[in-house]
Amino acid sequence: MIGLPHFLVLAGVLFSIAVAGIFLNRKNMIVLLMCIELMLLAVNFNFIAFSRWLGNLDGQVFVFFILTVAAAESAIGLAILVVVFRERRGINVDSLDAMRG
Amino acid sequence: MTNSITALDFTLIRPEMFLLAATCLVLIADLFITDRHRQLSYFASLLTLGVTAVLVAATPGEPHRVFHGMFVSDGVARLLKLVTCGTVAAVFLYSRDYLIKRGLFRGEYFVLALFACFGIFIMASAGSLLTMYLGIELLALSQYSLVAFDRDSPVAAESAMKYFVLGAIASGALLYGISIIYGVTGTFDLAELAMRVDVIAANKVGLLFGLAFLMAGIGFKFGAVPFHMWIPDVYHGAPTSVTLFLGAAPKLAYFALALRVLAEGLGNAVLAWQDMLVVLALLSIAVGNVVAVAQTNLKRMLAYSTISNVGFILLGILAGTPFGYRAALFYTIAYVIMALGSFAMIVLLSRKGFEADRIEDFRGLAQKHPWFAWMMLFLMVSTAGVPPFVGFFAKLYVIQAILSVGLTWLAIAAVLFSVVGAFYYLRIVKVMFFDAPTEEVTVNPGLGIRVLLSLNALGVLALGIFNSSLVETISKAFR
Repeated sequence: MIGLPHFLVLAGVLFSIAVAGIFLNRKNMIVLLMCIELMLLAVNFNFIAFSRWLGNLDGQVFVFFILTVAAAESAIGLAILVVVFRERRGINVDSLDAMRG
Repeated sequence: MTNSITALDFTLIRPEMFLLAATCLVLIADLFITDRHRQLSYFASLLTLGVTAVLVAATPGEPHRVFHGMFVSDGVARLLKLVTCGTVAAVFLYSRDYLIKRGLFRGEYFVLALFACFGIFIMASAGSLLTMYLGIELLALSQYSLVAFDRDSPVAAESAMKYFVLGAIASGALLYGISIIYGVTGTFDLAELAMRVDVIAANKVGLLFGLAFLMAGIGFKFGAVPFHMWIPDVYHGAPTSVTLFLGAAPKLAYFALALRVLAEGLGNAVLAWQDMLVVLALLSIAVGNVVAVAQTNLKRMLAYSTISNVGFILLGILAGTPFGYRAALFYTIAYVIMALGSFAMIVLLSRKGFEADRIEDFRGLAQKHPWFAWMMLFLMVSTAGVPPFVGFFAKLYVIQAILSVGLTWLAIAAVLFSVVGAFYYLRIVKVMFFDAPTEEVTVNPGLGIRVLLSLNALGVLALGIFNSSLVETISKAFR
């Protein structure tokens, strides 16, 4: 029988993969955007699981808002990515090192 | 909380409705304006802020929870909104010449700043975690775009990317925390949450787990150590007119975030979050003040100064008493005024092709422009916390607040690190007054910016001398 703990563990694992991906990835900025998206979807899993478990719809409503905001966030992330690409002809994460201190 | 939406609900959100409608109008109208008439967008934005401030002032100060508890209208929200309007208007006035000289005088700047202002309004009045989240994102998304606003600057693009990624992690952590708290308590409504946290033991493991993530998110947004890595890069990389905005207005919103979520929603779990905030505040004050000493870039130095000042704001909040929250609000408002003036000094000295953002660019300012050297002296000395400037009283009230809850060791540590911090503020004064000018130091000839900056710096002194009036305003807001 699959219950609340299974969903929470799955969400926790997805969240951890997303955070690890952001900090370990050294190659491509698109991967960063994918990790951010994965992180928000992991949180959505949590909300839906809790919503079902509590028998309260609020959590599912919150998920719709998160999905909308995530779309806006990706749009802005990709726009910034385009600006970075125009300046450096590349989207390597390691190239973001002009400022130190 | 009532179950139906009445006319009162709409009366109370009048400022927000106007601000949103007017911002959309500026956005559309700006598309049809040629570059020669770009001033129209600028004046329309200032007018929007002015009318919004009048509407905010007209809302009643008594607390009301409307729209099924989603939106809170009370004295604190009103005060925060009024200060926000003033701050954003001052940012517009300061940055006008800067933007014109760099070919950045575009409608997007004003529209994005107005949307960010709208986000701050929503956060100040958030009655539920959902409203709070939407306000945070509206503010954050506008800020990412503002940082990347100068499309031809490679450092701006880099800092925007860093800000975006770290900000998104912060939102993710905040949401994860909210989801766990929802799972434990079954509600997003902050008033409801306050009651339920009382019923279920406040030290329940699930709640603590959610709270830890929530705190990481709040720490990121404030820029408290160890979540501060984005602050110096973003402040340094963004155009100074944007740094001016980032350094001032959003601090009011993050204060609202901490106040609404921690003090109002999770007030009964104060012992749980107090320990976490002690660590964040102490590390921020220590790292901010020590690392700032090593900086040669003024914007980076002010960024580390922000980190240490954020530590002081958190000190007031962690006291967990009404006096502590009032002290934190006093500190936030005082800091916003000082930060506005300090960054505006960089704008004042910069000209086309010269950013004036290194400390040596201020060499010998006292010989060329003694008046502005004195104004900068006021701002620096106030931020360092010397009486009778407002920065001193801000620090005093915060320290009193933590002493009253018995955290004497924390108060001593905070004062000691402030002494370290005084070094780098006074170094600016030394550079201005005792070093010979190496190259031509010029001051922006615009009359508006000169007058406003003088008022800003003298205001720091006046608010220090008449600090009781600000204290009274804040106490009235909390009533």
